Amino acid sequence: MTALTDPMGFLLFTKGPLFNIAIAIFALGLGARLAEILLLGRRPNFAEPRAGEWLPGLRTVFTRTLPDPGTFKRAPFNVVTGLIWHLGFLVALLLFIPHIELIKGLFGVSWPGLPNPFVDLVTAVTLVALAATLVHRLNHPVKQRLSTVEDYLVWAVTFLVVLTGYLAYNRLINPYPLALGLHILSAELFLILLPFTKLTHIFTAFIARWYNGASFGRRGVQS
Amino acid sequence: MTAKKHSVGEHLRDQGVSRRTFLKFCTASASLLALSPGLIPALAAALEQAQRPSVIWLSFQECTGCTESLTRSHAPTLEDLILEMISLDYHHTLQAAAGEAAEAAREQAMKDNFGRYLLIVDGSLPGPDANPGYSTIAGVSNYAMLMEALKGAAAVIAVGTCAAFGGLPEAAPNPTGAVAVMDLIKDKPLVNVSGCPPVPMVITGVLAHYLAFGRLPELDEYHRPLAFFGQSIHDRCYRRPFYDKGLFAETFDDEGARAGWCLYRLGCKGPSTYNACATMRWNSGTSWPIEAGHPCLGCSEPRFWDAGSFYAPLSVPTGLSSTRILTVGAAGALIGGTVATLARRTVETAAASRQPVTAAELEQTL
Repeated sequence: MTALTDPMGFLLFTKGPLFNIAIAIFALGLGARLAEILLLGRRPNFAEPRAGEWLPGLRTVFTRTLPDPGTFKRAPFNVVTGLIWHLGFLVALLLFIPHIELIKGLFGVSWPGLPNPFVDLVTAVTLVALAATLVHRLNHPVKQRLSTVEDYLVWAVTFLVVLTGYLAYNRLINPYPLALGLHILSAELFLILLPFTKLTHIFTAFIARWYNGASFGRRGVQS
Repeated sequence: MTAKKHSVGEHLRDQGVSRRTFLKFCTASASLLALSPGLIPALAAALEQAQRPSVIWLSFQECTGCTESLTRSHAPTLEDLILEMISLDYHHTLQAAAGEAAEAAREQAMKDNFGRYLLIVDGSLPGPDANPGYSTIAGVSNYAMLMEALKGAAAVIAVGTCAAFGGLPEAAPNPTGAVAVMDLIKDKPLVNVSGCPPVPMVITGVLAHYLAFGRLPELDEYHRPLAFFGQSIHDRCYRRPFYDKGLFAETFDDEGARAGWCLYRLGCKGPSTYNACATMRWNSGTSWPIEAGHPCLGCSEPRFWDAGSFYAPLSVPTGLSSTRILTVGAAGALIGGTVATLARRTVETAAASRQPVTAAELEQTL
């Protein structure tokens, strides 16, 4: 009897057919992007390597994840807020029990989670930090001019997925199937946009860091 | 049939029901319907004066679980009492008459009480476009019988998830073309008392409300009485503190299960299910599924049979395998690989056919 217009019908649609479509676009897009990037590789370097590539590559993946003092001095707001919400997003995504169950349901791998109230707090902080980044972007004269539609789109979809998750967990939208359906729908938008926008950095940031480190290593400079 | 000329009060006295029992019933009903205690005397007076309504109970594609739920409890109960308050003129499982006599009783009751009788339906029915032969009573299709009975009904109560939402018969691939009662009723007051089966007191609560106030209770968007379906199982669950603390049973016999922790990871649909089990419980308030250690199946929600495994957590998508995701990912990689190869070939071709240009030649083109 249900249609898309009723909350349970909407939830089942987002959990079923729409999730299938979103994850297919995500997998297809990400597979294509990563294969293209990895197969194109770097320009061949014919010079004799001075040292190995792997260790410096891996080291840079780690060191570039930590903010360097110079950047912090120049843009403390960007570093602090950026770090807070990225960490918050990762905690909410990977350490919230229902998300762990989702990943376990899809791939059979799981890990321990964190208590719900802690994830809830982290999510609230993430939301505030994300809102702060938008205010900063809108008020900063340089960022204002640098920002494109894509930047705002990526911000919106990230904010939306965290916000709907927060509202669903705290049961602030009723009935709950509607709240959960909205959260899943925004996560699907996120998944669909991921391979085709700068959200791809979730995967490529580490590849880029490795390339940098490997290149430093090969030339024998500090990585 | 003569009994229905009596008021509810007179009938109860005839049946030997004491005033005290009657008032206890009124108190319980007021409490169930979330009415103020000040309304109990008014409810008692209204019920006392009310004429016993004729009730026609149609059972279609159902398993009789809903009737069992209503009747199979230890007597005397409040559920029994409500049955005394109505004149159940047709219920082919409960009535003594059979065959043509039973159908004659239904037709007579419909004629005598035209425009006033309550129509209760349990079970879904093959829709108007489906083969009517999938479910018939006395050679009459369920659809034809419902349409006939609807004409003189004052209100309709769809009892159980099959009648309310289609339930099991409507589950994919719905071989009988089953539909819910509300798919067919547009111009009569309708209450859905969903659940597989519904909590007995919810059925009686709706009847008591109708008897006392002459109208149906306030409903949610699925036409369910808000007094019973206004809050989710999760919000009223006694195991909720464990959810909030992040303490979950992960198997049915681990330490968490024995300690009574939250059953979310075992597939509990409590967060998305609206029903009164957590507060009213079952078997005269003895227990309820979650208290017995089993996750909520979400049986009072539409399409609960098609909402994925009962034992998959609520957050897990339905009908998806990792193999399919990886296959699509591999297909993507193939596309990416092809694009990369083409790009590389374009670069190589360009490099091979590159013509050196001198500064003088460039200047000529300006």
